[in-house]
Amino acid sequence: MGSSTSQLSKELLSEYQELTFLTKQEILLAHKTFIELLPPESQNVVDSLTAQVSRVPTEKVLTLPELKANPFKDRICRVFSTAPEKDSLSFEDFLDLLSVFSDAATPDIKSHYAFRIFDFDDDGTLNKEDLKQLVNRLTGTEEDTQLSPSEMNQLIQNILEESDIDRDGTINLSEFQHVISRSPDFTSSFKIVL
Amino acid sequence: MSQSPSFILSIPEGKESPSQDLSPYDESIVHDSFHQLIQEQSQQAEVEALELQEWSSRDKGRGHQLQLEPCRAPQNYNSATLRILANMPSRTIGRSRGAIISQYYNQTVKLRRKNSRPLLRDMSSSARPSIWQNDLELDLTPREEEEKRSLLVKELQGLTVAQRDHMLRAMPLSLAEKCCLRQDSCIQRGRQKHHHRSQTQLYCCSRLQYHCIAFRSLWYGLLSGLYALKPWHYSLKQISGQFGSSVLSYFLFLKTLISFNVLLLLFLLPFIVAVQVAFPPTSEFPFSQSFTGLELFTGRGQFTHTVMFYGYYSNFTLNQPCSSHQNSDHCLPKAAHLPYNMPLAYLFTVGVSFFTTCIALVYSMSRSFGKSYQVGSTLGVHAITVFCSWDYRVTQKRAARLQHDNIRTQLKELLAEWQLKQHPRSMCGRLQQMIVLLLVWLLCLGTAVGCAIAVYSFSEFMHENQETKTQMISEKLQEVHLLALPLIVCIINLVIPYLYNAFASWEQHDSPVLEVYVAICRNLILKMVILGLLCYHWMGRKIRTLGDQCWETFVGQELYRFMVMDFIFILLDTLFGELVWRLIVERLKGDRKPEFDVARNVLELIYGQTLTWLGVLFSPLLPAIQLLKLLFLFYIKKISLMANCQAPRKPWRASHMTTIFITLLCFPSFLGAAIFLSYAIWQVRPSRTCGPFRTLDTIYEASKVWIRRLEEASPSITWFTWIHQYLVENTFFIFLISAVLLAVIYFNIQVVKGQRKVICLLKEQINNEGEDKIFLINKLHSIYESRATSN
Repeated sequence: MGSSTSQLSKELLSEYQELTFLTKQEILLAHKTFIELLPPESQNVVDSLTAQVSRVPTEKVLTLPELKANPFKDRICRVFSTAPEKDSLSFEDFLDLLSVFSDAATPDIKSHYAFRIFDFDDDGTLNKEDLKQLVNRLTGTEEDTQLSPSEMNQLIQNILEESDIDRDGTINLSEFQHVISRSPDFTSSFKIVL
Repeated sequence: MSQSPSFILSIPEGKESPSQDLSPYDESIVHDSFHQLIQEQSQQAEVEALELQEWSSRDKGRGHQLQLEPCRAPQNYNSATLRILANMPSRTIGRSRGAIISQYYNQTVKLRRKNSRPLLRDMSSSARPSIWQNDLELDLTPREEEEKRSLLVKELQGLTVAQRDHMLRAMPLSLAEKCCLRQDSCIQRGRQKHHHRSQTQLYCCSRLQYHCIAFRSLWYGLLSGLYALKPWHYSLKQISGQFGSSVLSYFLFLKTLISFNVLLLLFLLPFIVAVQVAFPPTSEFPFSQSFTGLELFTGRGQFTHTVMFYGYYSNFTLNQPCSSHQNSDHCLPKAAHLPYNMPLAYLFTVGVSFFTTCIALVYSMSRSFGKSYQVGSTLGVHAITVFCSWDYRVTQKRAARLQHDNIRTQLKELLAEWQLKQHPRSMCGRLQQMIVLLLVWLLCLGTAVGCAIAVYSFSEFMHENQETKTQMISEKLQEVHLLALPLIVCIINLVIPYLYNAFASWEQHDSPVLEVYVAICRNLILKMVILGLLCYHWMGRKIRTLGDQCWETFVGQELYRFMVMDFIFILLDTLFGELVWRLIVERLKGDRKPEFDVARNVLELIYGQTLTWLGVLFSPLLPAIQLLKLLFLFYIKKISLMANCQAPRKPWRASHMTTIFITLLCFPSFLGAAIFLSYAIWQVRPSRTCGPFRTLDTIYEASKVWIRRLEEASPSITWFTWIHQYLVENTFFIFLISAVLLAVIYFNIQVVKGQRKVICLLKEQINNEGEDKIFLINKLHSIYESRATSN
């Protein structure tokens, strides 16, 4: 811990702390974890912070123990990535990820990003295909763990009936946030801590 | 065709105001007729769209199944319609950065103008009600995005530093963009600072807000420093990673109980225990007994005459100078600085510590309630299960697989429940279910009453035994006999819940969550009935029998014995219930490891805490023992959990259950202890030979005596005695306060009912807007199709 305090400059640290929901210790821990994911030649402070030089490809980020068992890990990396092809994360993207998943983040921002994670086709709404894929990811990836087609259809119909208020067949961001606001468990379960 | 047309519905607001005074029922009639009109129109559009669809599907050779429910949008739109759909505001807010920027620009404007939520009558009937009250913008071109961005930067400069940071933190943009926004607003702010100097007076309120926010951020900084020292942070993370949030809620509840005990000790230790230790009474009872191990279990022997129990405490003013005319035989020769009235201190400290605990409990209970019970929170279980049930804190592969299984089971159960609701049981089946339910409840209550009677008769039997056989058996054996009653009670508490589980397997509940609630209820009734009976036994029989022989110390010792026995039984239960079961399962090569039963364990914690609260008056160090017990329990339970158990299979709504646990801690547990304590303070005669209240008729008299002395000593502070006489002693004041509280509660209930009605109306409005939208889209689609065919 002592060596890493000398690595990130104080102004940068306080700037990150003010703009995210993370504490200083969490930012330093995140930096340490991020540096370990970089290739050996760019494992220094300057390079790790320059987004153009060092981005960690998604496959490496997915090896983190906190993300490995998550069924939405690829979507999480995709949503937070600012690269043009959405295939790598810079340090600031990584901080964004941890900030949204931290303890102190507001429910609004969590639900906003949850919506983007669940929107598999990135069209701004959750249609039937998105919901189908979501349920399949939740129940497990093997063949025998998935719901039968009739159950799946019934479930999706029930979901749409409960949450699609304007009856257009899709769930948009406001409707999603409205559903989430009725569940008090969401903020405590939508957490990843290093 | 390149520019997307803007759809802004502008229905004049004047129409809304006359209808504001009508009752909600009239509005719904209006909406219903509107609804019918829409239905007719959309059916017409359906017919047209159907024709077009058949045509287009014939053309493109697609075989999609058509959905013929009314007001559902057909899916096969052409590309122009799809492009317009994609640019709709409700869809762009979920994906485009420009829309987010403009949304937060509007929010910032509102914050600057200190605009609270607009009144309902100011909203036009067509305004889409969303919980953010914002104006949604369309998907912006790059130039428009730049404009919006510069507007946002300008607005951000108008805010104070803390507000701006707060705003930026809550924006769902990437960190790089936030840094840019911040830099831009900083630069501009520096340049324009001297222009805004005159406007600083306008921001006086925001300055106060800034101070509040600054103080809050300092507080959070302090808290985060404390969190870094959090002793169990890593352990809790491990537990939640492997077992999920249901098991975590048990350990969090344990931490809450530890904090309550620390709160009690904060009052008791410095004001009672430390003072008495500094001024020990002259020993009237010489220490003749040697230390044997048995004292740790029974609390007698050497422990009797220590600060641990009530009997040790002095009943005079400590540290009193000799010159005063009162109680001249307990004074010190040299001049003392601070006379300390021990009886008064004892009474007030116990009273104040209970009062603080009560406030802390009610506060945490109401906060928990507020988070988990919202209006309409039980609706929409399917959506909530699918969107919110994955626990992202789970990190182990095995635990993740278990979560998958759990969620799948939960979804299947929900679907089955839903099917059942669609086809409700026949009258016969329902009657049968009710009879079985009633029978099982009668059985459980009968068992509880039977156990209570058994405990009572056993305690009477032990009591008489003690009376008659005092000469025949040794003292040691007598002490061991004292452990018999706690033993019986603990055995009952251990065995009967399994019996209840067996009874519960006969009844068929429609929802598995209800089963958990019912089981908790029954176990709690059992425990509380037994405890109530024991209290009655102590207050009645024991006082009469022991009379002046320091019955308070005896009651304190009894509670100590109960606590120790409870701890031993928890250890045994953990050992046999979890460790031995796992060994047996491994030997038999099964894979059903024992589950961690959260409800049962939490009830045991509540029971232990009730014992502590019951005994605080008679044994001021009991919270310290409870604290030690809880600390041990944390590590033992954690080790056993990691080594032996698997995560529970039943569905668990963590925050509802936490609310229920805190409520159970407050209502039967704390309230019962408070009633017992009030009875002991107000009605019971303290023993004559020991303790701080030996010369008084009731414990409460100590404060009356003090007030009388105050009156005599300094007649100028009559207001204090006046307050005491008219507010505390007079019951009229309490009636008044209760009546006012009841009125406030009734008022709040009515407000909530009104809000529910408003929510229904708003939902109806949104529904109508949706039908409008589909109607317009279908018309648009038909126009494009006709244009395509005519080209």
